[in-house]
Amino acid sequence: MAATSDATRETMIINMGPQHPSTHGVLRLVLELDGEYVVSCRPVLGYLHTGIEKNTEYRTWQQGVTFVTRADYLSSLFNELAYCLAVERLLGIEAPPRAQVIRVMVNELNRIASHLVWIATTSLELGAVSMMLFGFRERENILAIFEMVTGLRMNHAYIRIGGLRMDLPDGAEERIRGFLGLMPGRIGEYENLLTGNPIWRQRNAGVGYLPTEELLALGVTGPVLRAAGLAHDLRKRAPYCGYETYEFDVPTREESDCFARYQVRMEEMRQSLRIVEQCLERLEPGPVMIEDPKLRWPAELSVGPDGIGNSERYVKHIMEESMEALINHFKIVTQGIRVPAGEVYQAVESPRGELGHYVVSNGGNRPYRTHIRGPSFVNLQAIPKMIEGGLIADVIACVASLDPVMGDADR
Amino acid sequence: MRPDELAELLRGRFPELLLARGEVTLTVPREELLATLEGLRKEGELGFDFLSDVTATDWPGAAPRFWVAYHLLSLRWMHRLRVKVGLAADDPELPSVTSLFPTANWHEREVFDFFGIAFEGHPDLRRIELPEGWVGHPLRKDHPMGGVNTSYRGAYIPPPDQRGL
Repeated sequence: MAATSDATRETMIINMGPQHPSTHGVLRLVLELDGEYVVSCRPVLGYLHTGIEKNTEYRTWQQGVTFVTRADYLSSLFNELAYCLAVERLLGIEAPPRAQVIRVMVNELNRIASHLVWIATTSLELGAVSMMLFGFRERENILAIFEMVTGLRMNHAYIRIGGLRMDLPDGAEERIRGFLGLMPGRIGEYENLLTGNPIWRQRNAGVGYLPTEELLALGVTGPVLRAAGLAHDLRKRAPYCGYETYEFDVPTREESDCFARYQVRMEEMRQSLRIVEQCLERLEPGPVMIEDPKLRWPAELSVGPDGIGNSERYVKHIMEESMEALINHFKIVTQGIRVPAGEVYQAVESPRGELGHYVVSNGGNRPYRTHIRGPSFVNLQAIPKMIEGGLIADVIACVASLDPVMGDADR
Repeated sequence: MRPDELAELLRGRFPELLLARGEVTLTVPREELLATLEGLRKEGELGFDFLSDVTATDWPGAAPRFWVAYHLLSLRWMHRLRVKVGLAADDPELPSVTSLFPTANWHEREVFDFFGIAFEGHPDLRRIELPEGWVGHPLRKDHPMGGVNTSYRGAYIPPPDQRGL
């Protein structure tokens, strides 16, 4: 008798990941299964740990941007923004108005790109393959805009301490306007494909439910929390970069399941488009970098045929016209800037939730400590609660609904 | 509540409170950490019910050597507070706050992993980012970056200048 009941209770341990195609990178889940049901789940992280925090301690403040941008590689501009806002607060400076508007604009475009990757990969994992192609197709438009504006498709290092690396190139505004004309119809197409689709609904509705209190106890933020009915968005509730002056809504749902998270993200893309439109209206000529020669990055850059290059006018200036400019350039580029001692925690609303940068300075020319509070890292803690007791097939939908980026979780 | 109002409200109980760059920082001894966080979490006017982040900094040669920082947020009032605990170099241990804030679980594992700071009462204190069996705690300042032998389960990678790249 005892042997029989033991046999029926026998569970199996399997590894999902780290190379499973639906783990959004290299997440490993150790699942204990009883038939099709998940008894327990243990997430294993660290496969994409690259020591970004340690690395910044060995580089100048300006070089820090190029490291943090690689943490959450799907929303790199948010990392840059959080880091730069933190350092700017330590320095007691503020970027010029035009830079602030462009920062908001590229961030919101980045949010749309990130959500597009989310909808593309999620639908691929749940079997809606054509949606994958559509999502990446539209994201390509945004990456082309980024390439035009920043010189790079990803890991831009575009937002710099004190402003931006360079101004918008000619034709960028028209290109963004063109995208604004195209995108609303495309979001409508996605919803036509998915929202009423019976398979999509079955895979998502009622799956991965967690009550609001549990989400908060586990530190979950972003669209997942808003899909549980809490309109918690740092852009509204703790504004930075002048977000309080933009008109946009914070979409929420009450159901707190994977379907609600899908609906929230779709609506967020529309709201981001609204913000980008307002940014274009507000753009007024002006500097995009602070004036202080002791703090600003001296080189003037422009996007050349190779993607990025020095402005010829500036190179002529330091090489032929002004010895002082050359000395200043050399000093700032090789030694970096000094940042007064202190510590700040700067949080921004990334596509995945609260992205916080805790930056500590001891008064030197390098960060003493940079800590990234990655929303993917914190949100992943909710995975066991979401899937234990559920079906193994729902594991895929639940992980996807959190939208984890392992670069952000492992850093 | 604005940071200065928050500082004013808390100053009576925490005279050593620091208000700098719009952020309020409290320093508490580790024996009082749990009671302080519990009090801050409950009270209506403060209501720090959300733990954003836990992390640490290492200051070798200074006393205390380690500072563990807790970043609290009040979801209702949207004010933030940093609570810091100093730890001596030879005794890097403090109570876990997972009983108050379950989200601290992974944060504390990360601090343990990178700094070798132990959290008493943590349900599952293991490394989280680095593999089990890793030697050392790399975010400590005395842990060098590069130029060291990387040993993991018998694997050997020579320092960068000897790899013949």
